[in-house]
Amino acid sequence: MTVNGRPVSIEVEPDEFLADVLRDRLGLIGTKIGCREGECGACTVLVDGDAILSCIYPALKAEGRSIVTIEGLTREGELDVVQQAFVDAAAAQCGYCTPGFVMVVRALLDRNPHPTEAEIEEALAGNLCRCTGYYQIKEAVQLAVERLGAGGGAP
Amino acid sequence: MWRDYLFARSVDEALELLARHEGQARLIAGGTDLVLQCQRGECSAQVLVDVTRIPGMERIDERDGSIILGAGVTHTQAASSALLRLRAPLLSEACRVIGGPQVRNVGTLAGNLVAALPAADASLALVALDGEAEVASREGRRWVPLSEFHAGVGLCRVDPTSEVMTTLRFRSLGSDYRAAHERLARRRVHALPIMNVAAVAAVREGRFADVRIVVAPVAPTPLRLRQCEAFLEGRQATPEVIREAADLAASLVHPRDSLLRGSGEYRRALAGVMVRRALERVAGGEQTGRTWT
Repeated sequence: MTVNGRPVSIEVEPDEFLADVLRDRLGLIGTKIGCREGECGACTVLVDGDAILSCIYPALKAEGRSIVTIEGLTREGELDVVQQAFVDAAAAQCGYCTPGFVMVVRALLDRNPHPTEAEIEEALAGNLCRCTGYYQIKEAVQLAVERLGAGGGAP
Repeated sequence: MWRDYLFARSVDEALELLARHEGQARLIAGGTDLVLQCQRGECSAQVLVDVTRIPGMERIDERDGSIILGAGVTHTQAASSALLRLRAPLLSEACRVIGGPQVRNVGTLAGNLVAALPAADASLALVALDGEAEVASREGRRWVPLSEFHAGVGLCRVDPTSEVMTTLRFRSLGSDYRAAHERLARRRVHALPIMNVAAVAAVREGRFADVRIVVAPVAPTPLRLRQCEAFLEGRQATPEVIREAADLAASLVHPRDSLLRGSGEYRRALAGVMVRRALERVAGGEQTGRTWT
């Protein structure tokens, strides 16, 4: 598989999950494990561009695929436009759910750079946040959309 | 948990891998239900055989008046397919309300069926569309009508330790057909339904024809309301007839009391309301799904 653009060759146990391989073997601890039962979305990563729940995704399914984690969004120390929007909109409090949210938003905007409010809500529906009440998160997405429309990258 | 995880490259190879492990192996597709079952100790399989890399498992075609779907089509693929949105919006809308987006990206139609929960949204739509599933076993292939597919809560007529569901198909609906999916849940998204209704019918010169109504969960399997369908056949699509059919629907279901879903009495009344709303939309020419909270 490739992880954040880098080819990775690793032997995993048949019953290991992608989240554990990323965190414990590759040290990519930005991916969080919340519920371990596919409810909370904290473990979201992209597999070939699709947001998936890595805590219930058998690691072997990732063989030959392209994986992107939260660490893969940052380029040369600069935050991705979605990450920067989360910072500027104060869309994180405890921050535990944030990587998962950022990944679903990244997946949304890669496919649909001009989502409607309903499409944003639909994209966020698989992620739980117990701090913010979601409003700042939605504002962050709208901010990212505006900035992308205004010519791309982080300000 | 399982001790081995194998990928089959063809249906025949999947059947052979299953046979070689003599009941100790079972199929996995997206795994969004199965993995949780394994974690809860509800699945004793020692070996999982992944079928998602078999070519053709994700096809979505229309041929000779039928829609043909690979059993491994994900809910996202079904929800976003231009063909299904045009020719089977009942199915694409039903797939759009399953779980959250990450689950829909991975979970498959076959998995939704084989998990055999009575109120599974995609299953309900496929039953209402009079779908069939092709099942491959070492003895050969057969088509199983989805109206006879479910055998109880979590039970179905495909044995995932020895058989492979390969394809789903249903007749494309003619231009005089309408379909409606009504869903009530505690939240608009990411919540199991309190009640689900799928209805399909043709309306010809103002009269109902070929009516199919499915309600769930009111029994261990999705429930076709055949008496209600027969009552509507050939009758005028008027508010009075629809109200009478809805009353009949409520009298035909016997939901249990449920701490999650409400009392049986409440849900019996609800079945009448939701069947009425679905039929009104069928009669009025609307085609999309609707979720109530």
